[in-house]
Amino acid sequence: MSAAPKPEGGPSMSEMRVARSLSSTTIVYLVLLLAVVVGAGITASRGRNFFSIGNLDNVFTMMTILGLIAVGQTLVILVGSLDLSVPFVVSLSSVTAGGLMAGQTGRIVPAVLVTLLVGAAIGLVNGLVVSRLAVHGFIATLGMGLILSGYLASNYQGSHGEAPRAFRLLDATRIGPVPMATLIMLTFAMLAILLLRRTRLGHHLYAVGGNADIARMSGVRTTSPVVAAHVICSMLSAVAGLLLLARLGVGQPTVGAQGSYDLMSIAAVVLGGTLLGGGKGNVVGTIAGVAIFAVLDNVMGVMELNPFLKDVVRGVVIIVAVAVYARREIDRRPPRFGAEPPPGQAAIEEEAR
Amino acid sequence: MSERSERSTAVRVLPAHDSDAGQRILTALRTPGGAVFVLAGLLLIAIIVSNPNFADPGSLIRFAGRTAPIAIAAMGQYYVIVSGEFDLSMAAVIATQVVVAGNVIGQDEALIVPGLVLMLVIGALIGIVNGLATTLLKVPSFIVTLGTMLALTGLVRYITGGAATGNPSDAFRNIGRGGIQDVPILGIIPYSLLIFLVLATLAAWLMRRPFGRTLVAVGDNPDAARYAGTSVWWLKTRAFVISSLSATVAGILLVGYAGVHPSVGSGYEFAAITAVVVGGVVLGGGRGWVLSAAAGAYALELLFLLLTSLGVQSTWRNTVQGVIIIVAVALAGRTWRAVRRPTRGEPEPAPSASSPPPAPPGSRRTGDS
Amino acid sequence: MRTTMKRTLAVASAAALVALAGCSTDEISDTNEGSGSDDTEWFVQADFDEQDEQRDATFEGDPETPWLQYIDGDMTDTSEFARDEAGKVCFANASISNPWRQTGWITMQQQLQALQDEGVISEMETRDAQDSDDTQIADIDYFISEGNCDAFVISPNSTAAMTPAVERACETGKPVVVFDRGVETDCPTTFIHPIGGYAWGIDTANFLVEELDEGDRVVALRILPGVDVLETRWAAAEKIFEDNGIEAEDHFTEGDPATIKQVVTDAINQGDVDGIWMDAGDGAVAAIEAFEDAGVDYPVMTGEDEMSFLRKWEETGLTGLAPVYSNFQWRTPLLAVQRIFAGEEVPTEWVLPQTPITEDERAQYLADNEGMPDGHYAKFGGDGLPGFPEAWQDR
Repeated sequence: MSAAPKPEGGPSMSEMRVARSLSSTTIVYLVLLLAVVVGAGITASRGRNFFSIGNLDNVFTMMTILGLIAVGQTLVILVGSLDLSVPFVVSLSSVTAGGLMAGQTGRIVPAVLVTLLVGAAIGLVNGLVVSRLAVHGFIATLGMGLILSGYLASNYQGSHGEAPRAFRLLDATRIGPVPMATLIMLTFAMLAILLLRRTRLGHHLYAVGGNADIARMSGVRTTSPVVAAHVICSMLSAVAGLLLLARLGVGQPTVGAQGSYDLMSIAAVVLGGTLLGGGKGNVVGTIAGVAIFAVLDNVMGVMELNPFLKDVVRGVVIIVAVAVYARREIDRRPPRFGAEPPPGQAAIEEEAR
Repeated sequence: MSERSERSTAVRVLPAHDSDAGQRILTALRTPGGAVFVLAGLLLIAIIVSNPNFADPGSLIRFAGRTAPIAIAAMGQYYVIVSGEFDLSMAAVIATQVVVAGNVIGQDEALIVPGLVLMLVIGALIGIVNGLATTLLKVPSFIVTLGTMLALTGLVRYITGGAATGNPSDAFRNIGRGGIQDVPILGIIPYSLLIFLVLATLAAWLMRRPFGRTLVAVGDNPDAARYAGTSVWWLKTRAFVISSLSATVAGILLVGYAGVHPSVGSGYEFAAITAVVVGGVVLGGGRGWVLSAAAGAYALELLFLLLTSLGVQSTWRNTVQGVIIIVAVALAGRTWRAVRRPTRGEPEPAPSASSPPPAPPGSRRTGDS
Repeated sequence: MRTTMKRTLAVASAAALVALAGCSTDEISDTNEGSGSDDTEWFVQADFDEQDEQRDATFEGDPETPWLQYIDGDMTDTSEFARDEAGKVCFANASISNPWRQTGWITMQQQLQALQDEGVISEMETRDAQDSDDTQIADIDYFISEGNCDAFVISPNSTAAMTPAVERACETGKPVVVFDRGVETDCPTTFIHPIGGYAWGIDTANFLVEELDEGDRVVALRILPGVDVLETRWAAAEKIFEDNGIEAEDHFTEGDPATIKQVVTDAINQGDVDGIWMDAGDGAVAAIEAFEDAGVDYPVMTGEDEMSFLRKWEETGLTGLAPVYSNFQWRTPLLAVQRIFAGEEVPTEWVLPQTPITEDERAQYLADNEGMPDGHYAKFGGDGLPGFPEAWQDR
């Protein structure tokens, strides 16, 4: 099918306009809306209210950690890489900060700073291995994950350290129905959006992810955006670890692996409309992707669905939801010399397939 | 030790220039796909040096046999990767087949053949779903196979309640556990090794057929391949079917080797891809040899064995493994670039492949197998 | 780097904002400032000694119903929870991701049916955290705000991390039953568990020490690091091995029989293996088969009361022991709820018996569990429940 050249005069101009006005982000949000409507219906049929404070709190909570990581993962994927080491960064930061705080309020600030630095250092190594040594992000971060998991296994046999009460307030505090931790996640998402839209680094991320060669020829240093994306991603994972520390009260060496954050964050990013090959996508969509998972989980929880069936549903939803606009993406491609094809678009789409 | 072998190579390299075949082998060994055979050989030597017990032919042949499943899976994964895609669903396919073997065949030997057919049909179906969703629905294969991974694992556990009912009959398990007995010197030749050798031959042959060549072309440049009139969707779908079928064979061998358990095959989703990449195959497609993928699997397993043999503390093994994978792939990447660069008489930058020692006996064995 | 600073600033300012805004905050019990429990060694001598003692303790109650037995100790008065009508139970489960938990989960559902028939429990709502601490905390919070629960049953995913959430459940004033892994608070109405991980380690290591000689080599097969209930099993065993001059080396297998077989095969190739120790019996058969395939003598071995091991143990006749992490404990929480709803007192810490299956008892357990799948656990304690044996056979 993809082999067949595009039929002459494929989509008409008006169709094209409708299609173009419906950006993939819009579609993601429509899918989210659909999920909420269906979910609210199912919840109501169980005699519950989807929009009750307790239920919304559950949805927001399920969004927080995955959301933070997925925001970072978005940047990494946009620049054309991947990060499979995130679960281990989460675990490492949880035990590092927990150990450093050791239950004392006065140590919160240094512990947070050290943890963020550790995260940044891991991201730096990831980024340099990917950009300088030209190791594919998949392998570089898989390897980094193994390295960290060995360190964790060798040094932590169980929960470690303790978060002081002041730090645990981070998890316990709510503004209206929204947990503080979720607001922190959204704040970082906002900053990432600003970074992508307003800063030179942001534009370079798209350029390098779209086509590194063209970017290089246009005078963009390809190393620094890759390194920056990895550093930010690892730091956001470290923040996720800190929030989990606030939530659990102790550092937990397996907490990252428990959430399968590596694959689920990638799934959320792609669900949010970002091309896996890089160069195209945004954080706004990612947040919707994360929200779709959270709503799904929430509704399946209310339904008391067998946990194994939950995985089946997740798997099917990932494929079907992405299929909804992945196909569109191709159809929407301007037939030839269409309006403003972004640089390297063809290459991006090929990579994405 | 490496210095000495390099020097001895230098001596032996000269006569090799006389023959075309020798030259070809040498050039080949300089590519990452060739260097992996050298790597495997070096690892084997290191293992034997660290613990001479492993030099026993009987235990070596058993090692070769038990590594067959991951090597077969790596070869299957190769077809998908070389066409520019990923298959993350292998572990789930293996788990599915293991459970099917336990529940469908059970203790009834009359059901072995129908059971095998059923497993192959299931494998092919999964491959078709993966392939069609990737090519026709345009969903990135990473996501498709992640989805099938979740869905399959969940479905199998749901249907079986998560617990194995029991092992299939010994006759069936013998495929993965048994071998030709009473072989002089070796003691036994595992069936799994023979199956691997047959499949490796088949795979190498397939890559020389138009299918294989076009597949690499598609991975290298999908546009060019499409304009050349290749039916990309059918080509890639076949690659996914091969991948799932190879996972199925790996599952058949593993259920024989280890028995029924839902966690059999866990880790294969990344292990097979890692093996392929260590074998010098480039993620993103278009480059690499199928036999190098198998060699990559052997190299990885040899690495694990070396860590065991050296008595590396169990908790630190992942770390060592992670470092070595990154270093190996980084070096391989440099070699590819060096090989692709037109030779200007400058010395090659990558030390690992600049003057590869002649394949030591160990690596030959691994290479052939 | 600029963005990094921005971020740090944002966190700081957001935190300040919260402090000023005076918004809602969950109750947090005060932690003792600066207690900083930084034990690097995962071994607590006091716990070891206590569990060692409990192995020989006398258990109150009928040995025919071990799931109701307990070691004499403090009792919780539950008269305030007494009720006339059936109540709703909310069950926050850690997961059903291994055969041990699956077997227990079936037993629990059958026990539920029995109590529903008796009119004690109206319904049980279950949330499964799929092995995630984060999810389980959310599950418990959800039950608190939306569940309309008359009693909470919690099987914590991990000990320390689940403590704050369990405390929140306690604050609702409803009875809270915790079982399997514990929490670090004594607020639950009752905490039900078999003796524990140290006892497992002591039973198994003592057996191996008895059967082996000083200097013998034991290969320890462990599932994965960092899980407290498994770490204590190994910590106790490792100490005993060390004290008695047994050379023990540990390996992580993730419970995957293929990995287990490879690990054991390599160990055999390196030199004689005299004993096998496992922190869970899942995959024990693969370890035994490694000896068969290598053509060497069977080791002395400890597995678990999983049917696959018991069957293989009998078939091979090796010297072995099946330690038990009493699966019948999955019956106890709902039976505890029954007592609580009746206003009867329950043990504050309900320590259930945990006795290994020896070679002499093996035949009996094999006969009792005939027809059960390999992933079934012999001491499941459900033979008197409705649905026996089909519910456990057809999974």
